[in-house]
Amino acid sequence: MAIFLTGSSRVIVQGMTGSEGQKHTARMLAAGTAIVGGVNPRKAGTTVEFALADGARSIPVFGTVADAVAATGADVSVIFVPPAFARSAVIEAVDAGVPLVVIITEGIPVADTAVFFNYARAAGVRLIGPNCPGLISPGKSNVGITPADITGPGRIGLVSKSGTLTYQMMYELRDLGFSTAIGIGGDPIIGTTHIDALAAFEADPETDAIVMIGEIGGDAEERAAAFIREHVTKPVVGYVAGFTAPEGKTMGHAGAIVSGTSGTAQAKKEALEAAGVKVGRTPSETAALIRAIVA
Amino acid sequence: MDLFEYQARDLFEAHGVPVLAGIVAETPAEARAAAERIGGTVVVKAQVKTGGRGKAGGVKLAHSPEEAEAAAAAILGMDIKGHPVQRVMVAQGARIAEEYYFSVLLDRAERRYLAMCSVEGGMEIEQLAVERPDALAKVAVDPLVGIDAAKAAEIVAAAGFAPDVAADVAAAIQKLWGVYLAEDATLVEVNPLVRTEDGAIVALDGKVTLDDNAAFRHPGHAELADVAATDPLEARAKAAGLNYVKLDGEVGVIGNGAGLVMSTLDVVALAGEAFGGVKPANFLDIGGGASAEVMAAGLDIILSDPQVRAVFVNVFGGITACDAVATGIVHALEILGDHATKPLVVRLDGNNVLAGRRILIEAAHPLVTLADTMDGGAAAAAELAHLAAV
Repeated sequence: MAIFLTGSSRVIVQGMTGSEGQKHTARMLAAGTAIVGGVNPRKAGTTVEFALADGARSIPVFGTVADAVAATGADVSVIFVPPAFARSAVIEAVDAGVPLVVIITEGIPVADTAVFFNYARAAGVRLIGPNCPGLISPGKSNVGITPADITGPGRIGLVSKSGTLTYQMMYELRDLGFSTAIGIGGDPIIGTTHIDALAAFEADPETDAIVMIGEIGGDAEERAAAFIREHVTKPVVGYVAGFTAPEGKTMGHAGAIVSGTSGTAQAKKEALEAAGVKVGRTPSETAALIRAIVA
Repeated sequence: MDLFEYQARDLFEAHGVPVLAGIVAETPAEARAAAERIGGTVVVKAQVKTGGRGKAGGVKLAHSPEEAEAAAAAILGMDIKGHPVQRVMVAQGARIAEEYYFSVLLDRAERRYLAMCSVEGGMEIEQLAVERPDALAKVAVDPLVGIDAAKAAEIVAAAGFAPDVAADVAAAIQKLWGVYLAEDATLVEVNPLVRTEDGAIVALDGKVTLDDNAAFRHPGHAELADVAATDPLEARAKAAGLNYVKLDGEVGVIGNGAGLVMSTLDVVALAGEAFGGVKPANFLDIGGGASAEVMAAGLDIILSDPQVRAVFVNVFGGITACDAVATGIVHALEILGDHATKPLVVRLDGNNVLAGRRILIEAAHPLVTLADTMDGGAAAAAELAHLAAV
């Protein structure tokens, strides 16, 4: 099962012919992801060749997402286009009827995200990101830029705003493995929230316990805490980054800013603990907490 | 990026929002000249990016250019909640009949926009929201539609404006939405929006936050940055394309990825409790592609911070290969030469970690220590910083 992404997911790459897109398409293919096409209106009809350990692969390039979907039956699109083109890329994927769109692109104006998110929401399309590493269901599929070789399949679900912190936590728990690890991104507006991922992990028979990583800014963790109290029966362990962040300074992610009394790591930790979630002070302590539950 | 009031006023004016004359001044003489140009009674207002300046004495009425000069002399150089006043705005005086409130902002939770409006303006909006929540109308704005005439009418109706002003307030709200949309703002707030005694609706104050991610389509926004208030190391880092925030501790931190670096700061602060309470000195995210040049630029900035006594480099090689990071560190130390004087603790894990560690071991630089774990590296760096301090 896993969440959102399964072994039968058929994936197209918008921006596959760019340098980042090409590099990560090769990695996704090597991880076993069923990449069925790329999209670039100027290179329609061509192919991109990828040299893999088990032989060469030739991936067709289509002029539009609609053409790619018609030809391949793709049900996931992953987007690597530059920020200025992200809005039209997402809208094109939504119009083509792709049910899951993963946006890796960093630095998208939030007004663009506000538009394409609401456009996708009205069409019933799930977005993940933007500014995220994507998601991996180890051994099944990997969509985005998460390294596939940190760990293998297991029964822990992981949801995080941050990419490298996701990798760190996967590494800490590499002997246990994951059903799905999903990076939802650190922007002010994101398509899939902690709550969406928690609900999906709760419903996933292949997930036994959940690690939820948050960071300063907004109140998503507080709302997730309220959701956990009401709707999640599986054990959840939390971690929040940014206790030392000063007020008014953006810490790398556009959404990671403490403003006034809201958005502090301490407030998030307290909200999670009040919902019965054990919260680690460091990644290693968090890993020890989940280990005590599942091992 | 938060704007000063005078910058917000100028943007409002450019987008047709009704405002009064206002001129920014950096000296009392400039304030006098501004008051002469505007004529009549003026208000001299401290330009600081914080609230409560009225209570702090940062807003003064002046009935003549001489009084404006004196007011500016009193206000310039004041410290308002830690913000030194370097500019004042000399604004045309207004005869205020009523004060209102309007803002439009990003609603992160609902993933759309939120307009807030009240016929009771003037006081701090947080206070109004707590004391008189019914007086603050909150209206959701669909990003696919924006604030059109119908939405503006809905907002003024929800706030309970009298029929004789509702149309004018709605028109001003549509203009303010124009600012929000055209300038890629994440907040536009007017407090107070006023009705003057002669019946005009005017934005008397303005608070605007612009989206830094949208800078690529607003070349003019770069000029709005408050360069003087930017920490010099932060300015240097920005010029080098690095994501750096100065903090006030002793342990320099370099890492890859915003979340991991934030986490590293916390782990260093926790480890520091056992070593005289040393704290992280900065946030520095070198991002995915840690080339030798990027690492050198980052190390150079951190080593330029006189408060730094030891450095912790914490990299999890996801896409970045650890051997490239290690090569970057070795090259950076070569480039920096005698400039590098502070001990470095390096923790590498992930992609190509063994090759990365081997490069550092073979380079055997006297300042570099390898750590096996994030916790261990943080503790080692905290201890070195503590030892250097005593």
